[in-house]
Amino acid sequence: MLDLLVFLPVLAAVVLAALPRLSDTAARAALVAVTGVELLLALGLWVGYEPGGGVTSEIAYERELQWIPSVDSGYHVGVDGLSLPLLLLTAGIFFCCALYAWREQLRPRTFAALLLFLETTCLGVFASLDLILFFVFFDLSIVGMYFLIAGWGHGQAARSALKFFLYTFLGSLALLVGFLALFAGSDPHTFDMVKLAQDPPLQGQPLAGGLALLAIGIGLAVKTPTVPFHTWLPPAHTDAPAVGSAILAGVLLKMGTYGFVRIALPMLPDAWRTWAVVAVVVGAVGVLYGALVALAQTDLKRMIAYTSVAHMGYVLLALGAAGMLGGTDEQARTVAVTGAVTQMVSHGFITAALFLLAGVLQDRAESYDLGSYGGLFSSAPRFAGLFAVGAFASLGLPGFTGFIAEFQVLAGSLGSAPVGVIVALLGLLVTAALFLVAINRLLLGEPGRLSARVSDLRPSELAAVVPLLGLALLLGVLPRPMLDLIEPSARVVVELVSR
Amino acid sequence: MNEDPVALLPELILLLGAAAVLLLGSFLPRERQWIARLVTAGLLVASAVAAAVALAGADRLVFDDTFAVDPITGTARLVGALSGLLVLGILAEDVHSDPRESEQYVLLLLAVLGTQVLGASNDLIVLAVAYLLASVPLYALAGAARDRRGTEAALKTYLLGAFLGIAMLLGITLLFGAAGGTGYALLTDLDPQQRPVVAVGLVALLAGLAFKGGFVPGHFWVPDVAEAARPGAAALLTTVPKVGGLLAAYRVLDAVPSDVVDWPLLMAVLAALTMTLGNLAAFGQESVRRLLGWSTVSQAGYLLMAVAVAGRTDLALPSLALYLAAYAVTNLGAFAVTAALPQAGQLASYRNLAAHRPVLALSLLVLLLGLVGTPPTAVFVGKLTVFAAALEGGLGWLVVVAAINTVASLFYYLRWLAPVFAREGAAQAGEPCVRPIAQASAVIAAVTSVALGLGAGAVLAVVG
Repeated sequence: MLDLLVFLPVLAAVVLAALPRLSDTAARAALVAVTGVELLLALGLWVGYEPGGGVTSEIAYERELQWIPSVDSGYHVGVDGLSLPLLLLTAGIFFCCALYAWREQLRPRTFAALLLFLETTCLGVFASLDLILFFVFFDLSIVGMYFLIAGWGHGQAARSALKFFLYTFLGSLALLVGFLALFAGSDPHTFDMVKLAQDPPLQGQPLAGGLALLAIGIGLAVKTPTVPFHTWLPPAHTDAPAVGSAILAGVLLKMGTYGFVRIALPMLPDAWRTWAVVAVVVGAVGVLYGALVALAQTDLKRMIAYTSVAHMGYVLLALGAAGMLGGTDEQARTVAVTGAVTQMVSHGFITAALFLLAGVLQDRAESYDLGSYGGLFSSAPRFAGLFAVGAFASLGLPGFTGFIAEFQVLAGSLGSAPVGVIVALLGLLVTAALFLVAINRLLLGEPGRLSARVSDLRPSELAAVVPLLGLALLLGVLPRPMLDLIEPSARVVVELVSR
Repeated sequence: MNEDPVALLPELILLLGAAAVLLLGSFLPRERQWIARLVTAGLLVASAVAAAVALAGADRLVFDDTFAVDPITGTARLVGALSGLLVLGILAEDVHSDPRESEQYVLLLLAVLGTQVLGASNDLIVLAVAYLLASVPLYALAGAARDRRGTEAALKTYLLGAFLGIAMLLGITLLFGAAGGTGYALLTDLDPQQRPVVAVGLVALLAGLAFKGGFVPGHFWVPDVAEAARPGAAALLTTVPKVGGLLAAYRVLDAVPSDVVDWPLLMAVLAALTMTLGNLAAFGQESVRRLLGWSTVSQAGYLLMAVAVAGRTDLALPSLALYLAAYAVTNLGAFAVTAALPQAGQLASYRNLAAHRPVLALSLLVLLLGLVGTPPTAVFVGKLTVFAAALEGGLGWLVVVAAINTVASLFYYLRWLAPVFAREGAAQAGEPCVRPIAQASAVIAAVTSVALGLGAGAVLAVVG
């Protein structure tokens, strides 16, 4: 069933690409139908999943086929408490994006095919249990996103897409070098993630392990992105189509943070513990810096993009804290890692919704300039209401997933990295301020120059945004099912990193 | 003396076949020259089949140990013959109206034969003969269009080939003096006291192989030929000799003890220089085929990484063989695209190709992303294994250089791809004229490059 989940979209994409005379409506319907089936499949996986273990054992829906036996790399996929939440997130976001794209006028058939191709690459990354397979999907997701930005973006789309491609490709090559170092350091040589986590390579070789972690860390940091590797993100978001931004922020950024949890921590425990303080510093600085820069933005999309940098900072802070064994116990570190994974899911839903809402402004008035709007509460109440909900969710208001995630991150990290937590708290304050400022400028006050052009949400847009925010609320009020899913695997990661 | 001519079956098929096609072509009327093309294709297929059969058998040395039949030879034979087959498709429309059509098929067969012997030679004298056999047909093919620029490229190639060939002969003489014979087995017995002679000899010998392999410092002819020769000839010249040259370099170096001459370091430095120079030079090109020419130089750099760790890791030979096959099919495919659009010489003339020729544009996308090393294409797996081999061989710094170069290479391949998928801007004036056989070759190459990537495990198992 996992194979079907991963490859159904790309098969549908091939069919769509091979039918040049397909009508636009049929292409849109196919996109919604396939992503809908995907969502059902992902939920099916969840229903059939028994929580427990993960990473090195008790992996569900596992399948292993040989591909390149001479370097022990193969098609090895499976699901555990780290990957399942992200598979669900991916399927959910793509379905909502498919609904949102119902009104896409520009070459809808190609658009649908590209989006489905992208869905396969995203699901593939999270399902992979082999470093090379992971890399294959990781790299192809960059290609897919490049064409999505270059082909359907606006403004300086070609330029931003090129910057995105070059920058993230540099990251992926660094990642590949790191994977090769893991391969060369393992005995017997292998690219299999489960084997590498069971018997971590380069233990007791601080220099080689540190260099491997450096390469992998840079690769993942570019993708996440963390300060100071984030400069590709704002232009890519600004010029991407709304759906592209939602997927980029909601799913693609998670590949970076997921890589830290799945690869860096379990496979390089020695090096991670040695350099955990770097992750804490980068994470805490990212939270504060991202929030401060976001505060200064006048462009809505750039602002949301920088809050993404801040939100990803929490993840890194928590993972760094999980590697610092002093002044903390295993329980606290488990809370931190659980919080990190929860933050990935939470940020995915909330930021995807915010980017889709920002896309509405571009669609109506072709501008993201905060100063050109105002008073949208009266002219576009549904848009304004949902944007306000999204903003409050993103700033970490209790009742939403963001609160659950950030609370766990901060509580779990406090013992080992108190200074980092204090810096992050400052960032939290700035985040709250910047969203209030945005609400003030966009939704309240006198109507701005472009406010009149903003008609309220259409049904397809409503259908796309409401479920995303609804889930952020539902899982914020009833977090237990999600946490039960994540916690056992997070505990395994913590055990592995303390080896 | 183990003189078993059956061991040379793939080579003999091409040699006798070349003579037959030459005769056949002289007797066929102009409008029936396609028969010669068909026979050429048949000969190449037969040679490939014979090579595959030989590859399945045991390794052996024949004709007084001057000629090896092993996976290295098998790679040269198979990749050479199958590349020749693809070149035939790229060449088809170009030479169709040429008064010397069948002669070019003969030259093609001889060039493939030269590469096969280069890969198989286990003796310095045979290596020298193979060098000439692999070079002479190329000079003629480079200038076959008989226009001003093609002639210039042919002359440049000829002069450089002659010069470096003489250097190679000098090197062979010195090595002969040092080793007391020309067989590779004697090279393994060289001792460190002979270092100065062996070092000069080996470097001079490598100069000739650098010409064949298109790596620094023998690369100067590559971009000129890529741009000025006909697409089919350019595709052949940038692919087939590389296969033979690099495999020959692998075999020679593997025989020389690295404590006599530190050739691994020399090859690693040459690899770094070649890939960096090729990439930097490709950046500013506006001509599509000149860009491709420099790209082939940079690819030679990655290939040299595997040569640099020859004998030091089990992955070296399989990774070299896989990367050569992957490179050959992908590079030929890219040239096939340029052959399919004979009017499009500049990057700008590919504007909006995706709208007019979606199939060709999609093939080009797969091929160029393949050349970058995007998974799951064959070049990706080739690069991956070559990088792994270099890392195991202790050349971590070279892997980092290669990774940075790969990122840099993305830039110029994207410069080509971006106009292809550009939405706006002036479309081609009228429908671009497309040559169907060349286009089919491009599609076949694109499909093969993905299939080879997915089936890479099997290829590695055969060679490994």
